[in-house]
Amino acid sequence: MGKTLFEKLWASHIVVEKQDAPSLIYVDRHLVHEVTSPQAFDGLRINNRKVRRPDLTIATMDHNVPTNDRSLPILDQTSAIQIQTLEKNCKDFGIKLFDINSPNQGIVHVIGPQLGITLPGSTIVCGDSHTSTHGAFGALAFGIGTSDVEHVLASQTLWLEKPKSFEIRVEGKRKNPHAVTAKDIVLSIIKNIGTGGGTGTVIEYCGEGITDLSMEQRMTICNMSIEAGARAGLVAPDEKTFDYLRGREYTPKNYESLVDSWRDELKTDGDAKFEKQFILHIDDIVPQVSWGTNPGMTCDVTELVPSPDEFSKGDLNQKKGAQKALDYMDLKPGTPIVDIQIDRVFIGSCTNARLEDLIEASKVIRGQKVSSTVKAMVVPGSQMVKKQAEDIGLDKIFIDANFEWREAGCSMCLGMNPDILSPGERCASTSNRNFEGRQGTGGRTHLVSPVMAAAAAIKGHFVDVREWDLN
Amino acid sequence: MESFKTVKSIITPLDEVNVDTDQIVPKQFLKLVQKSGFGKFLFFNWRFDEKENPKSDFVLNDSKYDGSNILVTGDNFGCGSSREHAVWALQDYGFAVIIAPSFADIFFSNCFKNGILPISLDQKIVENLQQTTDAIEVNLETQTIKTSSDEIHFEIDSHMKKILLEGLDDISQTLQFEDKITDFEKRSKIPSVL
Repeated sequence: MGKTLFEKLWASHIVVEKQDAPSLIYVDRHLVHEVTSPQAFDGLRINNRKVRRPDLTIATMDHNVPTNDRSLPILDQTSAIQIQTLEKNCKDFGIKLFDINSPNQGIVHVIGPQLGITLPGSTIVCGDSHTSTHGAFGALAFGIGTSDVEHVLASQTLWLEKPKSFEIRVEGKRKNPHAVTAKDIVLSIIKNIGTGGGTGTVIEYCGEGITDLSMEQRMTICNMSIEAGARAGLVAPDEKTFDYLRGREYTPKNYESLVDSWRDELKTDGDAKFEKQFILHIDDIVPQVSWGTNPGMTCDVTELVPSPDEFSKGDLNQKKGAQKALDYMDLKPGTPIVDIQIDRVFIGSCTNARLEDLIEASKVIRGQKVSSTVKAMVVPGSQMVKKQAEDIGLDKIFIDANFEWREAGCSMCLGMNPDILSPGERCASTSNRNFEGRQGTGGRTHLVSPVMAAAAAIKGHFVDVREWDLN
Repeated sequence: MESFKTVKSIITPLDEVNVDTDQIVPKQFLKLVQKSGFGKFLFFNWRFDEKENPKSDFVLNDSKYDGSNILVTGDNFGCGSSREHAVWALQDYGFAVIIAPSFADIFFSNCFKNGILPISLDQKIVENLQQTTDAIEVNLETQTIKTSSDEIHFEIDSHMKKILLEGLDDISQTLQFEDKITDFEKRSKIPSVL
């Protein structure tokens, strides 16, 4: 019987395999950031260990960096210490660091692909759950905890139970691909399979609805695999993948010969069997808006906020969760989504802060102004995205519309830096999690695509962006 | 890591599904560069109001659960962020066992690195355990939970069981395979970054 892409990636990275026990898996790329690494480096020091492969390890600071003027000192002392700690650790252990002043600084999952560090057929880990993003290139990429960060630093390997393989087939064509985006596809998937629907699996996204997407759109999909509970998400590499990585700063010298081998190997065989399957038809899907406190609590922009009964379909625990979510979000069942007024707009994060996201959002706001009741910001995913956007004048479009135009970082996706919501504020956000307090204690997050966020910024409430001319 | 001993304690019922690691430890406490002392931040936004006074309706603030080492909770516990700080906080607070119908993958794996035993059981059994007010005994060696009226068997991967029982240092175990790692590196086709 044939093998799935995941099974091939797994098999090609086994260092030690034992009966009825986890396998020791080799890690080709280890991405490190300031928040989940200090305790790992401390562990190395205590045990007098070194980093086994500094040449496979890359670091940047993204989670807690301020996004305002980079020439100013960092006022939050604990953030400053964490950043200095990463600098010292990278220096002591010989790791390449893209520091806060580097033109390559940015969210770790944005810079990996942009620099050609992410490669098809590789294994990639990072102490961050959104490492699944890199799966868009046909890499087996997943988030790990700090103990595993230390383990990879010391040994370049991890003990892992083999996950199951899960096929998510996306069939059909979107009628309005500017208004109905990759974000809407992935939110629809999570809405259907639930936030635990992918637990214990690696998802392979396939079908016309996926192959049609650009690389940046595929990254948006794979990024949110973890929101369905999956270990990782994958898309089989194709010519779009190979073109995207060609000629980047860290693309390997023997890239073309690697591409030749990947072209043959990195796909699921026709007779391979997945252990789980889900099919989404996207011909008729519409823009999505989350209404609750996990990404599965999402509905169409054309719908009304559901009641706990409607949402839970008889499951008492889900019903209770939905009621708690509605209370937290201060929403009443039956309210049209388009009637929900917002206070803030955040266009950013490893999900939706790449150049294409900013281009699409700029089409919505060109020549318009942010509603007087809304404060809106754009935080490019990396300094390189920021520069590319500025080179084509996007910064002017956003600034003219009264958006703030910031420096790169994770920013308000998780609010570890000064960019946070105040208690009770409601935000249309292009990020990945609408958990309670995620963007600031007491803050209320609605997950949407960049074009939906931009349209909400202009109108002051959600709107169906399909009604706008985005061509 | 210390070896896992049999735990006998009353349970703390946290009757919530999809508890994410942002709730277990909110982001404002992730800036610390050490592993210790996270217990005081556990469920911070659920435990304390804006003035940092304890909220009386949250289970951890109910004195009858003081000293409990066993958390019994809902489906998909520990979803979201990979932050191991969540496990450090649960452990520092005093929890050694977490029982739920299911766990998120990264959280589940992080538990074993820190000597916490996560146990998955059927929803019905978990719901019954949440009602238990007497102490229960969790024995990893025999894979049983003894309540005042019942004995419940639980499954655990034999490798993970060994790690907890022996308190093994993962990395020193792995480095015994250094020759195999080196062999793998010799045949790997993926070039270095730099």
